[in-house]
Amino acid sequence: MEKIKGRVRKFGDNIDTDTIAPGPVLQLPIEEMKRHAFSPIHPEFHKTVQEGDIIVAGNNFGCGSSREQATAVIKGLGIRFIVCESMARIYLRNCIGLGLYPILSKGVSQIFDEGDEIEIDLGKGEVKNLRTGKTASFEPLSGTPLEIFEAGGILPVLKKRVEKES
Amino acid sequence: MRKGNKMTMVEKILARASKRSKTSPGEYVTARIDVAMMPENFRLIRSVIAEAGIKEQAFHLWDPEKFVVVTDHRVPPTTLSTAENQKLIRESAKKLRVKYFYDIFPGICHQVMVEKGHVRPGELIVGADSHTTTYGALNAASTGIGASEMAYVIHTGELWFRVPETIKFEIHGRLQEWVHSKDVILLIAGKYSTEVAQYKAIEWTGSAIDEMSIDSRLTMGNMSVELGAKFGIFRADQKVIDYVKARTDKEFMSVESDANAIYAENYSLDGSAIEPQVALPHNVGNVIKAREVKEIKIDQAVIASCCHGRIEDMEIAVKMLKGKKVHPAVRFYVAPASWEVYKEALDRGILRDLIEAGGMIGNPTCGFCTGIQGVLAAGERCIASAPRNFKGRMGSPDAEIYLASPATVTASAIRGKIVDPREVM
Repeated sequence: MEKIKGRVRKFGDNIDTDTIAPGPVLQLPIEEMKRHAFSPIHPEFHKTVQEGDIIVAGNNFGCGSSREQATAVIKGLGIRFIVCESMARIYLRNCIGLGLYPILSKGVSQIFDEGDEIEIDLGKGEVKNLRTGKTASFEPLSGTPLEIFEAGGILPVLKKRVEKES
Repeated sequence: MRKGNKMTMVEKILARASKRSKTSPGEYVTARIDVAMMPENFRLIRSVIAEAGIKEQAFHLWDPEKFVVVTDHRVPPTTLSTAENQKLIRESAKKLRVKYFYDIFPGICHQVMVEKGHVRPGELIVGADSHTTTYGALNAASTGIGASEMAYVIHTGELWFRVPETIKFEIHGRLQEWVHSKDVILLIAGKYSTEVAQYKAIEWTGSAIDEMSIDSRLTMGNMSVELGAKFGIFRADQKVIDYVKARTDKEFMSVESDANAIYAENYSLDGSAIEPQVALPHNVGNVIKAREVKEIKIDQAVIASCCHGRIEDMEIAVKMLKGKKVHPAVRFYVAPASWEVYKEALDRGILRDLIEAGGMIGNPTCGFCTGIQGVLAAGERCIASAPRNFKGRMGSPDAEIYLASPATVTASAIRGKIVDPREVM
């Protein structure tokens, strides 16, 4: 199983969907909307984010609305992995559904700071801070969610099914 | 269900929907969906399908009897882009042959779903809105999903679920006067956190729940998601059966938990000890007692949304406002959750009473909770009966939203600052 490295973008607890994808911009195309991601707390985020960055957050990441745009903007900014203490249920489903990998790991927010380099070992189920050497473990995806993630999300799964029918 | 299976209500519903004799927490199942609902984000379906490279003519609706669309979030449109999107919704509904398409008029999706008989006990329901948990009040296992997963449901009629653990909240005793089911749920969010039910199902039980009206239970089902819950389900007592039978001829099979069902946690609360609660900005779990709120002056007070905006909520407001007026510095908006509620409130003179006391009546829409109508300027404070108080949700990120019951909202509207309703009555 592969190891992924990336720069840590650090967030706190209870980052809600209105913060990630604010109501007033929800009708914009994702390419425009992503410039407003996290704008209520971090208006410059879209300028500082780089392809391959990895979010490390506290408890209840993505709480609130079912708006899929809150996952799509993060994907649109080139982020594929969200590491957090815990994640709200619908947000977790939306991550898997859009082909993002949610990593739930207790204590993880204490061992990373903004800008650290993180290494994710999907086989071992371990995240490592490459600056400090500190690690935390997680349960890798399995079963149906893993199958959907590996397919690239729920829509590629649906596409296959539709094509099979015709 | 067979005896000795030790299942909770939700486990039974998921077992039936996935054609199994039993399900246990942690299992992945593929379940047949009884009803699926999409609010105004139905506009996204066409682009979701197109971006996935699925041909439009190959994408169809699995069962026209089981899918509902409600245009509700931005009603009536106030911007050109909204108007264009709502036009798209009409076209898409026609193309997909959506039989139950409620365009603009009926009201907020969750209220429309229960009022129009689309929710029946024992059913598995998904909606592309987080507050789909509302229908648990009618003994349904109902939960929110995103637009892409909804596209999958629309075509296939099925979806994967991880069978959740169930936790039980027993609220015994009798709620005090001017204490509402909203206070119960805010108290729980504050005391046990907004993650107390993360990924889990809640069973709401106890004598205080039994005594509650359907309106009050809908509020608790609605806000179960604010505790992290996948489902927030109630027993189908006579009130539920009567409510549903008055709205649909379709048959249903309610579910009941087995006496020996297994719960991950059991919580017991004395309902008679619960006082009016307020969630402070910017999180639903940031809760204190209303009487402990210190001199918070408000600019706006709102009774609306899928969480409230039902007839019971407006009755409370009218009762409190009798012989009193809304404080001159406060904008008091009341928006019934549906046109059925609106018409009843109109017929009974409730709307007139509210207007004469200084309130403004809005049309049924989600907009008062989501910053479409009644938008807050920077530095303003609002107390709302809404389910959420996230930063920036009702307008400026520099505004503050406080959550409370309709009684506390009304009392605060009268005083011009946040107060315990018992102080006003």
